[in-house]
Amino acid sequence: MSWETVIGLEVHVQLSTQSKLFSGTSTKFGAEPNTQANIYDLALPGTLPVMNEAALAMAVRFGLAINAEIGKKSVFDRKNYFYPDLPKGYQVSQLHYPIVGLGSLTVTLEDGTERVIGVTRAHMEEDAGKSLHEDFHGMTGIDLNRAGTPLLEIVSEPDLRNAKEAVAYLKKLHSIIRYLDISDGNMAQGSMRCDANVSIRRVGDTELGTRTEIKNINSFKFVEKAINYEVMRQREILEDGGRIVQETRLYDSDLNETRSMRSKEVANDYRYFPEPDLLPVVIDDQYIESVRASLPELPDQKSERFATEFGLSHYDAGVLVSSREMAEFFERVVEICGDAKLSANWVTGDLLGLLNKNNWEFADSPIDAERLGTLIARIKDKTISGKIAKTVFEAMIEDQDDVDAIIDKKGLKQVTDSGAIESLIDEVITNNPDQVQQFRDGKEAVFGYLVGQAMKLSKGKANPAQVNQILRDKLK
Amino acid sequence: MAARTIAELALALRDGETSSVELTQHYLNRINQANTGLNAYITVCEEQALTQAKLADQRLADGDSSPVCGIPLAHKDIFCTQGITTTCGSRMLANFVAPYNATVVEKFNAAGAVTLGKTNMDEFAMGSSNETSFFGPVKNPWDMERVPGGSSGGSAAAVAADLCVMATGTDTGGSIRQPAAFCGITGFKPSYGRISRWGMIAFASSLDQAGPICKSAEDAAIMMNVMAGLDRKDSTSVDLAVPDYTADLEKSLDGLRIGVPRQHFAEGLNAEVETAVREGLKEFEKLGATLVDIDLPNNHLSVSAYYVVAPAEASANLSRYDGVRYGYRCDNPVDLEDMYKRTRSEGFGDEVKRRILVGTYALSAGFYDAYYRKAQQIRRLIKQDFLDAFDQVDVIVGPTSPHAAFALGAKSDPVAMYLEDIYTIAVNLAGLPGVSIPAGFSNGLPVGMHLVAGDFDEARLLNVAHQFQRATDWHLQRPDFKIEEGSA
Repeated sequence: MSWETVIGLEVHVQLSTQSKLFSGTSTKFGAEPNTQANIYDLALPGTLPVMNEAALAMAVRFGLAINAEIGKKSVFDRKNYFYPDLPKGYQVSQLHYPIVGLGSLTVTLEDGTERVIGVTRAHMEEDAGKSLHEDFHGMTGIDLNRAGTPLLEIVSEPDLRNAKEAVAYLKKLHSIIRYLDISDGNMAQGSMRCDANVSIRRVGDTELGTRTEIKNINSFKFVEKAINYEVMRQREILEDGGRIVQETRLYDSDLNETRSMRSKEVANDYRYFPEPDLLPVVIDDQYIESVRASLPELPDQKSERFATEFGLSHYDAGVLVSSREMAEFFERVVEICGDAKLSANWVTGDLLGLLNKNNWEFADSPIDAERLGTLIARIKDKTISGKIAKTVFEAMIEDQDDVDAIIDKKGLKQVTDSGAIESLIDEVITNNPDQVQQFRDGKEAVFGYLVGQAMKLSKGKANPAQVNQILRDKLK
Repeated sequence: MAARTIAELALALRDGETSSVELTQHYLNRINQANTGLNAYITVCEEQALTQAKLADQRLADGDSSPVCGIPLAHKDIFCTQGITTTCGSRMLANFVAPYNATVVEKFNAAGAVTLGKTNMDEFAMGSSNETSFFGPVKNPWDMERVPGGSSGGSAAAVAADLCVMATGTDTGGSIRQPAAFCGITGFKPSYGRISRWGMIAFASSLDQAGPICKSAEDAAIMMNVMAGLDRKDSTSVDLAVPDYTADLEKSLDGLRIGVPRQHFAEGLNAEVETAVREGLKEFEKLGATLVDIDLPNNHLSVSAYYVVAPAEASANLSRYDGVRYGYRCDNPVDLEDMYKRTRSEGFGDEVKRRILVGTYALSAGFYDAYYRKAQQIRRLIKQDFLDAFDQVDVIVGPTSPHAAFALGAKSDPVAMYLEDIYTIAVNLAGLPGVSIPAGFSNGLPVGMHLVAGDFDEARLLNVAHQFQRATDWHLQRPDFKIEEGSA
């Protein structure tokens, strides 16, 4: 039996506005519990919402970045349910008239193929507070700092067909929101949350199978694992002749399994109705164009430009633009040293390797773009060889001094003085008579050995090209 | 002294005939003696009032000419007053001390008015007789066995009994106008959005509106000048300049076209009430107005539409009262669900529960389209009726209530109570300004005449009401309300 997986992702992105969606309270992360909740956030009697325009602008930016319809008249609705982390007893959200309509984004898979994934809609809504169960001995602590923070809920079309595609979509989404600078997009911290809707059907079927919603996934890695587990679980049930229960399931990352949370069939009736305390949000073309004018260059555009302007391969360009920080870092390096290919290698190779090893962000890098650019410039002007540059690079991690100072300190300047190199080579020829004879007799391979000896003698500092040339001359 | 109007008291203060402290003490004495019987006030702010009065006297001495400076007022207990208990007539908020001031309260404070206290009201503004209050019913000063009307019954009774010269109220379906009619005073509801709802505890968000309760249209105009205006903290507040509402009071009514809706003079209207209102209409003709018969064809749907929309919005607005963060919480809850259930069962009265249930039902899956959506569509039709009418006329006049004040406990059927607002409710659904002014008596009890104008035509409405009050003296009638020993 051949099965097809259908996945849709619901991603909640916390918008990085300074204040909340409907109140002026700060949204800064990490404050003491209940110190960032004002009378509106606490739902005191008589309080009223006032919409944060910055959140609207961020939502529109996102819509434009995914080429979506922008809702020129969007409406807030009340979504009613009782829970202690929801002070008003309703969440202000958007149901029938969201700020962003149908759009799409292009995802590049591991094998290089591209797929266009539809985004059904994106809407603004308030976040709830946090319920803390540990530390409270049979009770629950409610922290309302987060209550009222603006969220953008982004719903994909059920276009994804396997876990890897889902991860690629999520990463592309993450990249876009980071480029737009509308959110920290940090899954571990909760500023980007992903729920996966998963169903399977027999290949050829047009109707969708019963789906389950998977929650509590907090990393890209777990998205892949959770989906794969769920697909397998559903397959086993269906192949055994059973039926899938439409429900919400929680992903347990320790046990790598999903567990039933509540049945969506007896789901809450949210009794949505238009929010009477807010007017419909009406925006015109002028507003939309002014937001469009503020858009930064997005990953796809940047990638194209890197390929054409810098002559990079599509693959290299793709890697460089996968994060805005890396792309900007790279551009700065090129600005300084003028060599795009070398810069690309160093940034995606040595530097990225260093950052990943230590779990550092580009912003935390001990080697900034200026210094890396200078390092590469010194290779190009032959002050040091590429190989020696690696040694300098290592030194630069601990030593914050500028590149030239480090090269000096460590005495790593390349030897380019032909006189000095000549004496080096003379010494090598003198000390290796057998190999010299073998070369003169026609054994070409031994040349490399002799070059190596010269490099060793110079402690790696001799300019390799010159060594090659002078040695060849002397051996004629 | 207490029998005077705002305008008269302002003059007395400026002339040095009295001081704000003296005036305030005078009202406090009357409240002290009368309130036990009348139950118009839930909270009296004796100390704070006298402190405010002293400051007002200082301002007056410095030459401050604000029209309400030093004048004592009462706030319906639905307005948040910082540092003062704000109960909304409910056990649910009996212990709630507001940490902030409603915009309406701020405006009166800034203008130098003196807050005497918080007046009684139907619980969460749900009622037409002030009998649903957790703090007991309010009595009508004209007849202590009868209701003052609701939900702003406390404010109306207080003004009628001269326990304050002005009071704030709120009107969602008639809650300023109907008590004004029952108590023989003037109650004004402006257009929706004219006065800020910030700090005004929400009942039905798209219908609630604050307004003045006082002795005359002139006084209402003075109060409107203080209360009206854009407030950015209320997203439904309208960005329209506030005119001086006293400026056009003296305009002649010559050529005024008055619409008389057929539907408001039909079955159910008490004969004496009808007579009083028709006499009032003749008065308007004497003043130069023409009467035009008009139709409000969808009027009969207004009560039904209202009793879907208002409870629906209320059911959500009252969800926050759950015992978690403030207000009433049941004793020793066993778990979350127990706390929610018992807090809300014990904290809310029957009428509030009734409306929450109705509202929840009207919004629920499978019923939303048939009830809530349908009601909102009817609302548009009702508004259109008014817009069509205002093509032909300038104001619409009819009775405020089908009868005068009824006896306490007389209306035990909730639906019968809902029909009390049959003439006033459509005005809230349409968002228009309306006012009730005294127009006569029925069996010794006051009868109110109801006037409605077009969107943001408050100035005209006040002008028309004021001219009626120049030509008649119904609004000068006082109840035979005695305060024992030591009263003024």
